[in-house]
Amino acid sequence: MGHPLSRAGMRRTLLSTATSIALISAGVMGISQAAHAEDTFKVGLVTFLSGGASGPFGVPAAQAAETVIKAINAGELPAPYDSAGVNGLQLESVVIDEAGGPTKQVEEYRNLVQRQNVNAVIGYISSGDCLAVGPVAEEMQTFTIAFDCGTPRLFEDVSNPTYLFRTGLDAVADNVGAAHYLNDAKSDISRLAGIQQNYAWGQDSWQDFTLSMEQLMPDVEIVDNQTPQIFQGNYGTEISALQTRRPDIIHSSMWGGDMEAFVAQANVRGLLEQATAILTTGESGLHRFENQAPNGTILGGRGPFGGFMPENDLSEWFSKAYEAEHGTPPSYPASKMAQALLGLKYAADNSGAEGVPSSEQLAAALKGATFESVSGTVKMALAGGHQAMQPMLYGEYHYSADTGPELRNVRAYKGECVSPPDGQNALEWIKAGFPGADCD
Amino acid sequence: MLTVWAILIDGLIYASWLFLVAAGLTVIYGVMRILNMAHGSLYALGAYAAASALGWYYNGVGDQLWIALAMIAACAVMIGALAGVIMERGVLRLMYGRDEVLMLIVTFAMLLILEDVMKLIWGTTPYFAYQPYAAMGRFNIGVLTVSGYQLMVVGVSVVVGLALWFWLERTKIGKILRSIIHDREVSEAMGVNVRRMFTITFMIGAALGAIAGGVTAPIISVVPGVGVEVIVVAFAVVVTGGLGSITGAAIGALIVGLARAVSIHTMPELELFIVYAVMASVLIFRPHGLFGQAVARKI
Repeated sequence: MGHPLSRAGMRRTLLSTATSIALISAGVMGISQAAHAEDTFKVGLVTFLSGGASGPFGVPAAQAAETVIKAINAGELPAPYDSAGVNGLQLESVVIDEAGGPTKQVEEYRNLVQRQNVNAVIGYISSGDCLAVGPVAEEMQTFTIAFDCGTPRLFEDVSNPTYLFRTGLDAVADNVGAAHYLNDAKSDISRLAGIQQNYAWGQDSWQDFTLSMEQLMPDVEIVDNQTPQIFQGNYGTEISALQTRRPDIIHSSMWGGDMEAFVAQANVRGLLEQATAILTTGESGLHRFENQAPNGTILGGRGPFGGFMPENDLSEWFSKAYEAEHGTPPSYPASKMAQALLGLKYAADNSGAEGVPSSEQLAAALKGATFESVSGTVKMALAGGHQAMQPMLYGEYHYSADTGPELRNVRAYKGECVSPPDGQNALEWIKAGFPGADCD
Repeated sequence: MLTVWAILIDGLIYASWLFLVAAGLTVIYGVMRILNMAHGSLYALGAYAAASALGWYYNGVGDQLWIALAMIAACAVMIGALAGVIMERGVLRLMYGRDEVLMLIVTFAMLLILEDVMKLIWGTTPYFAYQPYAAMGRFNIGVLTVSGYQLMVVGVSVVVGLALWFWLERTKIGKILRSIIHDREVSEAMGVNVRRMFTITFMIGAALGAIAGGVTAPIISVVPGVGVEVIVVAFAVVVTGGLGSITGAAIGALIVGLARAVSIHTMPELELFIVYAVMASVLIFRPHGLFGQAVARKI
């Protein structure tokens, strides 16, 4: 038996041992975290996981991110994205709910960058959130891709961006494209009406559309525009008002459940037999309408997304993988999220960085770039190389129990036809008669 | 002339729906003096229950319209009454006698809890159960068409209104409730089991909210947040008519419904403004609403 330790000595020994274990643990954890940080690229994903926009937009986008990130990390994407990870790093995501409004989203963005230490952020369906977060992305010098929001004001507010990108089109292209489609496919119309959600998106869409129609079809009379509240759900009175005006065409930028509820109610009331609806975001209902929308209803998908995706290796892979995992074909919000992630992978792979690329390296790689995507070739040709220029497509919805939903009489309009030349104000461009537009 | 007819028809249809939504709210306030913010959640619960039941029924089980309508009513009444009894016995009973403002905050907390409970149960994907709406067809009035389902909602609203009147005016329980409304303490002193009456009243009010949601489910896309959207306009109706008055709720719904229809047909951009302009105008001249009564404060 050895000499027994005194109580004070024992306490000192225990304290010393505990301190050593704590220090070693902290050191090991630090080394582990550093190694982990060097092996991974952390991206913040912001999309609606609750509220009215979650079902039709936010959740499909989150599901698409899950599918694409898994494939990126496994190196299972078709060429040119068949290398594993982004710049050889495993992609790790932090998913944030977009619900709560712009103020909350600015706070969430700061948390993502400062506390979660993300290397990049992809997100934002709501135009209000985009407008709030855009300047903060520049202030915090963090590579950020707005994957879906459509406000043309994004790059008017952030007029000289460095870190902020948008890999899709804005609402101007939706509505200029809609006017071109009517001019080409429905040249005999004489009366036009609209129904838009009563906030910036609906008001801006109606303004862009009616100004475009004044240029392309000046003889068409605008007989009404209804402005129900967002998420109102019941459009009985608005449908009556539209019926009494007897339009040939009803334009709507309503989205999600509101758009689908309006279509179902207007169809039962016979409004969509009297008039043809042109729905700028209608593609998100393509696989849900069935008999609720009459054949011939004109749908847009905010570009070559969802049912409008061209046939290429990436779109075929994405459609199959998404449907296999989530049980339904991808709608346009899902395709747009896939496109943003491919844009990120392109930027990281071409950043020239060793290890984790910086925001500056990512931004330099994506600025003005041309990359392949599920929607075809994407040219970052607008907003000084920070926004995509892509074609706008519209087509007619047709459904039968045998064939399922189909898009027929699809017409595509080049990006140079539906978007103003880089640096030009969209409203002035439309009012001036689309100078410089290439619609051949 | 067509526009005038359209305004009258649309105003009546919307007013009927508004009355259905507001009836439960005003019954609960009239008897219990609780401004139930969670009424919107009860509406949403009814809508989700009806949409789920209809989805199950039309997904290969059957396609009989009358069975579908019976399912809407049964599901809504059951889930509303069940949620009502849980809320009253589990939470509100512990708060009786407190200030009305505190009760308002408690019911607001229940609204937030129920919103998340519904997300846990039904998720965030929209539910469509349009089959009964489509199956009831439409009726032509000139170039205007009205759906059969919307006319049925008018009928349901009339039946609910008459049933509430009969219950309060012609039944023993109704007389007891009126005595509680008049003076709760004297009623208690006369041997009325006020707490039991409160439970019954809250269950009925909750079931009315759920019925409104169930009836609306085939018209709308049922998504998270539908209840929050309706509670604001329901408050506008009951405040215009006078808190706690069934007749006031009916007249308030009619005024708001017609004013909104006039706005949509003539100045659609003022739709939301007009509803609250009507409410504010009424309150300027009658601070307790059209049928509300000023009550002397007891010390």
